Amino acid sequence: MSRASTVALRLSNITKRFGPVLANDRVSLEVAQGEVLALLGENGAGKTTLMNIVFGHYTADEGRIEVFGAPLPFGQPRSALARGLGMVHQHFTLAENMTVLDNLLLGTRPLFALRSGRAAGRKRVLSLAEEYGLRIDPDMPVAALSVGERQRVEILKALYREARILILDEPTAVLTPQEAEGLFATLRRAVKRGLSIIFISHKLNEVMAIADRVVVLRQGRVAGALAISQTNPAELAAMMVGNDVPVPVVQKTREGDVALRLRDVETSGQRPDLRGLSLELVAGRITGLAGVSGNGQAALAALIAGLAVPCSGRIEIAGREIRDWSPAAAIAQGIARIPEDRHHAGTIGDFTLTENAVLERIREPRFSRSGWIDWHAARAHARTLIAGYDIRCPGPDARIRLLSGGNMQKLILGRVLEEAPAVILANQPVRGLDIGALRFVQEKLLAARRRGAAILLISEDLEEIMALSDVIHVISKGRLSPGFARGTMRSTDLGLWMAGRGFDDAA
Amino acid sequence: MSEIVEILASASLWIAMVRIASPLIFATLGELICERAGVLNLGIEGIMVAGAFSGWLAAYAGMGLWPAVAVACLTGMGFGLLHAGLTVLFGLSQHVVGIGITLLATSSSYFAYRVALPEVASPPKIEAFQNWPVPVLSQITLIGPAFFDQTPMTYLAFGLAGLVSWLLARTPLGLALRAVGENPAAVDAQGLSVAWLRSGAVIAGSGLMAMGGAFLTLSAFNSFFFGMVNGRGWICIALVVFGAWRPGKALAGALLFAGFDALQIRLQQTTLGADLPYQIFLMLPYLLSILALVLSSRRASVPAALMRPFRKGER
Repeated sequence: MSRASTVALRLSNITKRFGPVLANDRVSLEVAQGEVLALLGENGAGKTTLMNIVFGHYTADEGRIEVFGAPLPFGQPRSALARGLGMVHQHFTLAENMTVLDNLLLGTRPLFALRSGRAAGRKRVLSLAEEYGLRIDPDMPVAALSVGERQRVEILKALYREARILILDEPTAVLTPQEAEGLFATLRRAVKRGLSIIFISHKLNEVMAIADRVVVLRQGRVAGALAISQTNPAELAAMMVGNDVPVPVVQKTREGDVALRLRDVETSGQRPDLRGLSLELVAGRITGLAGVSGNGQAALAALIAGLAVPCSGRIEIAGREIRDWSPAAAIAQGIARIPEDRHHAGTIGDFTLTENAVLERIREPRFSRSGWIDWHAARAHARTLIAGYDIRCPGPDARIRLLSGGNMQKLILGRVLEEAPAVILANQPVRGLDIGALRFVQEKLLAARRRGAAILLISEDLEEIMALSDVIHVISKGRLSPGFARGTMRSTDLGLWMAGRGFDDAA
Repeated sequence: MSEIVEILASASLWIAMVRIASPLIFATLGELICERAGVLNLGIEGIMVAGAFSGWLAAYAGMGLWPAVAVACLTGMGFGLLHAGLTVLFGLSQHVVGIGITLLATSSSYFAYRVALPEVASPPKIEAFQNWPVPVLSQITLIGPAFFDQTPMTYLAFGLAGLVSWLLARTPLGLALRAVGENPAAVDAQGLSVAWLRSGAVIAGSGLMAMGGAFLTLSAFNSFFFGMVNGRGWICIALVVFGAWRPGKALAGALLFAGFDALQIRLQQTTLGADLPYQIFLMLPYLLSILALVLSSRRASVPAALMRPFRKGER
C-alpha cells in the first residue's frame, strides 16, 4: 500500500439536479492508486448518477473532477476514456450481434485508418485475458455469451484501453456466487497491478470482502467515509438507510382455504415446459418456489398470471375450475402479480407514475366513466401510493423511467397490494433492491400474508425463500417437488432437490 | 419453350440486366449504409429523383458528365443532411421524415424543371456516357458484353459495392458504423459520437442514392422526364432486406431483380405474350422478388437498433 498516497481520482462538491430531484448534493471523494473504494448506498442514493458524471454521460451542475491531479472536463466520455477511466455499466453496452473482438476494438483505432488492426488486437486481448484471468473466446458473438461472460468483455474493454481507474456499477447483481468469486479474483489482480477500482454496490458482505475503503451515499449526500478495517456491516447498513435495519419477524398466522390450485398442469411452447405440476396456494401462507433460474419458474409465473394457458390439467380458483384463462381473467379473479422484470413487464417507462398506477384497473368505474378516464381520481390514487409506499419521486406526473429500481418496485407493490388481492404472484420481488427497499417489500408481503393473501414467492435467493416461506417447493426441469414445511429442510437438502436429485427417486 | 431458351442465350438480355441493375446498385448501397448505421432512409425515392434531375441539369447546362455526377451526389448529400438533422439530431420519426423528404425532393425537382424549361414539349436530350468496352474481357461470350461493355458508371457501381463491402467489414470506420446500428450505447460508451456517425452514414448514403438517380439521366435515358424513377427507390429498400444488409448479397439481389425485369420485356414478345395480358409480365419481377424476399429474409439479421433514435443519458 505504499503507492496509496497517489490520488487517482478526486471529486469535489459534485452537485447534480434532475428537475426538482437533487441526485447528488455536494459529493466529494478520493480514490488512491491501487485501492478499491466501495461506493455504498441504497438504490436512488445517487451512486450511478455520480459515476455517470465522472464518465461524462451526465454533466454535473457544480463541482470539479480531477484525474491524477489534472482537471477532467464534464460531459465528454472520450476524454474520460483517454485519461484512463473505464466503466462497466450495470446495463452492458455491448453490440450483441458482433463478436467479442469487434466490441473490444470499437473506437480504439483512428476512424479513418485503412486497416482494422484485428490481428494485433486479438493478440493483445488474449494476453490481457490471460494476465487478468478473464477467460473469453474473442470470436464468439456477444449474443452467445452468458451474463457473466459479457461482464468479462466489459472489463476487458476497459483494460484494453489501458484504464487506470475502473468503475464497476453493481457488478455482482447479475452474477452467480461462483462468477462473483471469479470477478473478485480479477479485481484483486488488477489492484496488484496498480489500478484503482470504484466498486458500486449495496451488498454489505461484498463491500466488506473486496474494498479497502468505503464511501456511503444517502439521498445524494455523503453519509460517511471509512476504512473497511474500522467498520462493520451493521454500522454500514445503519449509515445507508439512516436507521437500524429490522430483521423480518415472521409471526404465525391462521391459514385459510386453498385460493388457487393447479392440478397436473402441463404447458407447451415454454422453455422448459411444466410437466404434470400440481400446486396449492393457501390463504395466509407464503409458498416459496426455490430453484435454479430457467427451470420452469417463468412458465409457472406466466401460467398463474394468465399469460399462458395449460395444454392439459386444470386451474381452480376458490374451488371452482376456470376455463377461460387470460391476464384479464387473472386480474378479475383477484390474482395480483409482481413481475420478474419491472422495467419491461411491470411498468411502461415513458408513462407517468399515475398512468402506470392505474394501468391494470383503467376500465373500472373508479378510474373511468363511459370510456373517459378520470384523471383526477387516477392522480389521487397515485398520490396515495406515493405516500403509502414511500415512493421517492418528483410527483405523480413524472415518467416512471426516471425512478430508481427500488422506487419503481414500490409502485408496483403498492399497485398490487392496495387492491387486497386474494393471490399474489411475487416473482423475484427484491432482486436488485437495496436493504431499505428489500426490507420494505418483505414487510409488505408479510403484512399481506397476515391479511390472508395466498402468496407465491419465486426467488433464486435461497436464504430469502427460507426466511419468508411457510412451505417451500423446489422446481427443476418443469417438475415440482413436494412441499416442505418451514424449518424441515436445510439449504443443502434443498440444494440437492434443486440439482434434480429427489425427482429421479420419485419417478 | 425454345423461344425462352433463345432469349436466355441472347447477349441482349444479359446486357439489359446489368444496365437495369446499375442504378439499383448505387441506391441500394446508399440505403444499406444508412440502415447499417441504424437509420431507415425512406427519402430514397425522392433523392433519386433529385439526383436524376440535378445531374441532368448540370450536364444540360454544359458541365462535363463527371462533374454532373458530382453535382447529383452533392444534391443527394444535401437532402441527406436534412434527413440526418431531423432523424438523428432531433430523433424524429424516420418514417415521417423519409416520406416527407421523398415528397419534397420529388416535387422540388419537378418544379425546378418547369421553371428552368417552361416551354419544351419533349424532354431535351443530353450527350450521355458512352460504353467503354474493356479490352479482351469484353470479348467473352455473354459475360463479356454484359459486364465489360457498359458505361463507366456501371463499372463505378460495381466498384462501389466492393468498396462498401470492404469498408464495412475491414476498417475501424465500418466497425463503428455497424456498431452504431446495433447498439448506439456501445458506441457512446467507447467515446465515439453516435450523432456524427449516423449523420455521416445518412449523408454519404443519400449521395449514393442520388448517383443512382443520375445514372438514369446520364447513362441510360439521356434526358429527364417526370416519373422516370418510377418506384426504383422502394425496390432498393426491399433489396437491402433481400441482401440481409450485406453489400455482396444486395448486389446479387439487384442483378436478380434486373434480370427478371429484362426477361419479362422479352417474354412479352413471344407467342406466350400473345396469349397473356402484358400486365402479367410486368408483375413478374415484383412477384419473384417478393418470393425471393420471403425465402431469403427469414434468417436475415436486422441491425438491432434500426429505427431506434438514440438519446444520450436515457436508461
